[in-house]
Amino acid sequence: MLKTEPVVINFGPQHPSTHGVFRMRVTFDGEVITDLEPVVGYLHRGIEKLAEGRTYTQNIVLTDRLDYVASMTNNFAYVLAVEKLAGIEVPERAEYLRVIMAELMRIASHVIAVGTFLNDLGAFFTPLLYMFREREKILDLFEMVCGQRMTFNYFRIGGVAMDIPEEFIPALRKFLREMPHYIDEYDQLLKENEIVLARTKGIGILPKDLAINSSASGPVLRGSGVKWDLRKNDPYSVYPRFDFEIPVGVVGDAYDRYRVRIEEMRQSVRILEQAIEQLPEGEVRAKVPRVFRPPKGEAYGHVEGPKGELGFYLVSDGSNKPYRFHIRRPSLLNLTALRDMVVGLKLADAIVTLGSIDICLGEVDA
Amino acid sequence: MTQALSGEELVQRIEDVLPQAAPEFTTDGVLVRKEALPEVMCFLKETPGLDFDYLVSITGVDYQDYLEVVYHLVSLQHNHSLVVKTRCDRESPVIPSVVSLWRGADFQEREIYDLLGIKFEGHPDLRRLLLWEGFPGHPLRKDWSPPEEAPTSSEENN
Repeated sequence: MLKTEPVVINFGPQHPSTHGVFRMRVTFDGEVITDLEPVVGYLHRGIEKLAEGRTYTQNIVLTDRLDYVASMTNNFAYVLAVEKLAGIEVPERAEYLRVIMAELMRIASHVIAVGTFLNDLGAFFTPLLYMFREREKILDLFEMVCGQRMTFNYFRIGGVAMDIPEEFIPALRKFLREMPHYIDEYDQLLKENEIVLARTKGIGILPKDLAINSSASGPVLRGSGVKWDLRKNDPYSVYPRFDFEIPVGVVGDAYDRYRVRIEEMRQSVRILEQAIEQLPEGEVRAKVPRVFRPPKGEAYGHVEGPKGELGFYLVSDGSNKPYRFHIRRPSLLNLTALRDMVVGLKLADAIVTLGSIDICLGEVDA
Repeated sequence: MTQALSGEELVQRIEDVLPQAAPEFTTDGVLVRKEALPEVMCFLKETPGLDFDYLVSITGVDYQDYLEVVYHLVSLQHNHSLVVKTRCDRESPVIPSVVSLWRGADFQEREIYDLLGIKFEGHPDLRRLLLWEGFPGHPLRKDWSPPEEAPTSSEENN
């Protein structure tokens, strides 16, 4: 057999399939990948350091800029950690509004994940634009409640910034009536398309043990067959009041992760339907002093974000600024096992695998 | 609901098996000596009934007199959690790595090395994660100050 020299290719940082500024140093033997090293940091803004110089309320704005396609859930995790630190009770209506926003955000993030994933498979932009059609409706809903289409800054310590306008609930009901039909449409693209199946089945397998050992979370962990969802396993807010299922995969390949996301969208629709039925009247914000100084101490607050477990570890020294502000970022930790998932595959499969992990570089680099 | 295990009870259990760890109870976890960290972590991971199989997060904090590293552990099997802490001094910050137990520690230890300058002994590939090689200092240390600002391009042109 002809012996070939190993070739190193720098994939990225500027490449459409990396979904941002992410670099993979890939070593090939012929066409087969023998090694891969993720190189991150191109979008590092030092958010953890910046946060030490701002007040607790000002920092909500910074969390918007982490995973910028799922800003609501970033806000959510951060305010939960602050409320745990200071022992603040949130009014019930605000809890429901938070869950509504978080679940809408999950759908919006998953349609991007699935859409760009099909893009990586070569279905260039047609499926993505179908999915952006629904994301657009979600962004319209968000614009109604807070005036923003991205970086919402809607959550506040002790509640949310403002109550929803009158037209919000009818618009949300309309969206929920239509959405299951659209999810079926996406599903059809997958289930009945031979090319998609051939490209994703058995590609980028993450075994169950490795998924747990490498701190994977979210659809990546559940795709490998681990039934672990913080909304059920460590419930926060009002999640125990809703009836929903946790979809899991079987073998942990790109196909399973994709399926988990599709099913999660259906479950989010279920949660949303129950949430608007149960939505109580009342205040949307607890009384929190304008100059907010939590007591000395530390707290770790986490939520099940669209990409996995997003956690904030805060240390307070009693002043109005956090002494330490650490973010447990699912997008970064989900990359830990990337090398193991792609060794032995070809370059095109590495792109599929990366797409199926669904990273957001704003979060990876923080 | 994830059950936070009682730190006091675990301090006793670790004391019985690994007295050299000198475990202490802190507000929400167990503080151990860094020399015994690998044994303690191995004990927590492998002991039936504890089975801490999932490393949620590792964080470093600069308390100015010392540096502290905080480990959040969870057992997916039993759904309980524990916070473990260890400390090192600021001048020669070395702490044993836990990558051999949990692969999830890989990037997080590199990040702490990058931003706080703690060296993790036994880490297979300890390099800066987010900043570039040659970056001056470790920004999350409380005494770090940004380098003199480089001239902007518009100033250069003038």
